[in-house]
Amino acid sequence: MKTIKLKIDGIETEAEDRTTILSIAQRLGIKIPNLCHHPLLEPYGVCRICTVEVKSGTRTRMVTACNYPATNGIEVLTNSPRVRRNRKMIVEWMMAQCGHVKILKDMAAEYDISKPRFGRGTDDCILCGLCVRVCSDVVGANVLGFFNRGATREVSTAFGETSEKCIACGACAWICPTTHLKMENEKLERFRTLPGSERLCRYSLMGVTKGALCANSFQCWKCEVEQRFHDQLQTHPIFLGRSRKIKEIDAYVSQLNEMRG
Amino acid sequence: MPRVSIEDLKKIRGNGKPGVSSKKFRAKVLVCAGTGCISGNSYKTAKALETEIEKQGLAQQVQVVKTGCQGFCAEGPIVIVQPDGIFYRGVGPKHAPKMIEEHLLNGKPVEKLMYTLPGQEHPIPLLKEIPFFAKQKLVVLRNRGAIDPEKIDDYIAADGYKALEKALTLMTPEQILSEIKKSGLRGRGGGGFPAGIKWESCRRAAQHRHVDPVLVCNADEGDPGAFMDRSIIESDPHAVLEGMIIGARAIGCKEGFVYIRHEYPVARERLSKAIEQARDYGLLGKNILDSGVDFDIEVVRGAGAFVCGESTALMASLEGNLGEPRAKYIHTVEYGYKNRPTNLNNVETWANVPVIINNGSKWFASMGTGEVTENPWEGSSGTKVFSLVGKVHNTGLIEVPMGITLREIVFNIGGGIPDGHQFKAVQTGGPSGGCLPESLLDMPVDFDSLTEAGSMMGSGGMIVMDDQTCMVEVARYFISFLTEESCGKCVPCREGLTSSLEILDRITQGKGSEEDLELLEEIAEVMRDCCFCALGTSASNPVLSTIRYFKKEYEAHIKDHQCPAGVCRELIEYDIDPEKCDGCHACVPACSVHAITGEVKELHTLDKTECIKCGACIEVCKRQAILKCPRSFAA
Amino acid sequence: MVDTAKVDEILRRHNSKRENIIAILLDCQEHYDYLPREVLEEVSSNIGVSVTSVLSIATFFRTFSLKPIGRFPIRVCNGTACNIKGSNQLVEALERDLNIKKGQTTPNLQFGLDTVNCVGCCGLAPVITVGEDVHGKAKISSTRKIIKRYRAMEKKHAESVH
Repeated sequence: MKTIKLKIDGIETEAEDRTTILSIAQRLGIKIPNLCHHPLLEPYGVCRICTVEVKSGTRTRMVTACNYPATNGIEVLTNSPRVRRNRKMIVEWMMAQCGHVKILKDMAAEYDISKPRFGRGTDDCILCGLCVRVCSDVVGANVLGFFNRGATREVSTAFGETSEKCIACGACAWICPTTHLKMENEKLERFRTLPGSERLCRYSLMGVTKGALCANSFQCWKCEVEQRFHDQLQTHPIFLGRSRKIKEIDAYVSQLNEMRG
Repeated sequence: MPRVSIEDLKKIRGNGKPGVSSKKFRAKVLVCAGTGCISGNSYKTAKALETEIEKQGLAQQVQVVKTGCQGFCAEGPIVIVQPDGIFYRGVGPKHAPKMIEEHLLNGKPVEKLMYTLPGQEHPIPLLKEIPFFAKQKLVVLRNRGAIDPEKIDDYIAADGYKALEKALTLMTPEQILSEIKKSGLRGRGGGGFPAGIKWESCRRAAQHRHVDPVLVCNADEGDPGAFMDRSIIESDPHAVLEGMIIGARAIGCKEGFVYIRHEYPVARERLSKAIEQARDYGLLGKNILDSGVDFDIEVVRGAGAFVCGESTALMASLEGNLGEPRAKYIHTVEYGYKNRPTNLNNVETWANVPVIINNGSKWFASMGTGEVTENPWEGSSGTKVFSLVGKVHNTGLIEVPMGITLREIVFNIGGGIPDGHQFKAVQTGGPSGGCLPESLLDMPVDFDSLTEAGSMMGSGGMIVMDDQTCMVEVARYFISFLTEESCGKCVPCREGLTSSLEILDRITQGKGSEEDLELLEEIAEVMRDCCFCALGTSASNPVLSTIRYFKKEYEAHIKDHQCPAGVCRELIEYDIDPEKCDGCHACVPACSVHAITGEVKELHTLDKTECIKCGACIEVCKRQAILKCPRSFAA
Repeated sequence: MVDTAKVDEILRRHNSKRENIIAILLDCQEHYDYLPREVLEEVSSNIGVSVTSVLSIATFFRTFSLKPIGRFPIRVCNGTACNIKGSNQLVEALERDLNIKKGQTTPNLQFGLDTVNCVGCCGLAPVITVGEDVHGKAKISSTRKIIKRYRAMEKKHAESVH
């Protein structure tokens, strides 16, 4: 693959042709804020807060760093006055819906927003789509989706109901940047009422372990297995599928089941 | 019907041009059957005319032809008699006996049904002398009103599929690309991107990637106030098909789609019929005219989403996904429909192609502005179809050479502003365009001049506005329209439109402030920088252009709490003019809240506290005695 | 309970292909007058697409409705030409005549009222459509006549059937 030369905030660097500006910047330790991005998901480019200035020849464009493919000779400005002015208004727009969400309040502090010009809404879903994307692209359950359009756009399950297809992997709650999505204990009842042989540990349902049964009555937040996964894997297991590390935990869960009968 | 050969096509052409001369009939009665005139019972009129013709024993001499949109919607339903070239307006089924007996049998055209210029005494019998038509130049609409769009033989006899013959048998794909490039044809859907360059990029990408390219015709026509594509398809669907097949040959496509909006049932039906007929004749399908070229077209329906007029959203919708746009950093000519190289063009762009191939790129480039043969960006060649609508006498569909002035369009062709009102603005480019004031009436209409003035060509909607149109309300309307149509995916569009609408709502209610205008401009800049697609980046154009040219109106709303045009309800009140009211009493039953009282033949009174300003009384008052006055606010 | 037999016929006509989902839903809505939940679920299980995706599409595109649109759906065009010629006032007149608000249907499901973003008959603005019938140059004073006409049409049809 071709190597290209470019400048970011005055720093000259090289990269593989068509790498995104965001990944090049991250490699250089330059922080570009982003709210709908996750390294393990395809870039979505909807929050627009990663918009940066790109100069190519005589032409200046404003592009989103998360999905813009860098080309040879471009000069990128990640923190110019124009970029900051745009970011400020985007944060104010998001606060008009979600005025009390922590990540937005943190950004508001950085961009000197003491009184958001469009008000402070009380919603806590920023419509970043991370939950929808993880559920469809990684888990494959397709339970969460976007409904309606425009200002009435919302994230939900079909008809607002818990779907049979949901495997309660918790990836959506894990990836949600606000407190909007939470796992609800009562909703896990449907797993507890299953006959013995079907009470698969949800990591089995995720395809991460093979056939291990739940040893903890689906109180996942208390479960040793859960804890072990997070300690060893440093991320949500749904992203890793099968790997060597998982086989150890597989064995461990089987042992637990044998012990508890 | 069996496949046709080139010889067969020549034979069909030998039967004479339909609609004007004919070897079989001495006269043709052409009844407009576009959606507009259909709503005026033109199908029934056609039937009544046929019945009369039978009755008078003229069935072997006179033919009734149902044609597509004639263009002069204000005067519909329309009937034209050829070869006399007589234009009849406002024709209903009840006029059939008189028309057939007097004109067709006795040779005396019916004056009562002819068009008369407002204020004139005598009618203008000939179509070509009527100002609405005289200044137009029909290239795309060459067959309008002259052929039956549901008969493929009519199209062929009017030199149809001749360009296809040439393109398949006498030209290489490279030669076709060269001709389209040299013609300077720029996208008629609004983007104005040179078609030849787009085609070439798509062909190259397909060859480079070894993937079959796809052809798309964008018939979604979402711009409110625009109906060019609907009319083209209803009048001459084969022109679009022929253009697409030639394009398929040039680019190397075997598969094509027409994405047509759900709200156009007549157009969709005619298009499907035309495709079936073309397939029957072997002009679509395998080995077209024995050239070895395979190409077929599928019609796909939209479902009510303006955003699907945006090419990446359209392609997403074609794939069965939500009509959400995709990042433009990846060009659709390389990765489009199902990640295949895709060439998308508008209906009008496709309809230009056969004529360019037949008459040559030089002929096309000689019309319009600029010098485009070397560089298509250097001008605007050819013609443009516009829907001339709103507060103008002659509303309808027109086609004019690029470079004609706004004044000629509005006043010569359009006949000026009706009911004694004054011209205020003309809006072009739909929700991505702007409003142009009186001071710009002499500007040439072409891609670059319109963009420089703060508007854009767009798909061709041209809405005329008068002193009774509030420009602040127009800006609010466009933002409100886009708020409904935004896909909602990206923050700046979804929230930028919401915040702009909130501000404009307040201004039209008399609750605006000076800072609001600055804020609207800043919102516009951020939206232009950051929105995902062109719906968002151009959404502020109507707002910005009205602030630029009509700032005084904004200031009247903000500082004086007044709406000079008398539109914004919070700022006006209704009142009865004692000098004009003659007590005819028509307003009283029209009022649903009983706000008007009075005895017959005596001055009536209006209770302003009850009045809901619904407009029902103003509509029925024959003396124009009910006025919209500035509201008197309590101290 | 909704009879979903027709859905299978529609699905067959479109080869149960995922990319034809809009056409499938349009045909379903034409038959059922709206998109009942059972229909969406049947489509979902048949073309192998999640109910979430089908419902996403049904709520994204404005032509679709999850509630009955009425046997005579009345749409007031809100295109630019129609708007500056008073489409808002036509909507209000129809709201008064039918005693419903925009977006609603009459209790007997005879009429539904909503706006539509451009039917492309701008030369005849302002325009009202009832089903596929176009009524151009519409006036506040003629809205009641239009409603009467369709009521009479339906009555006549019902009488002729019996």
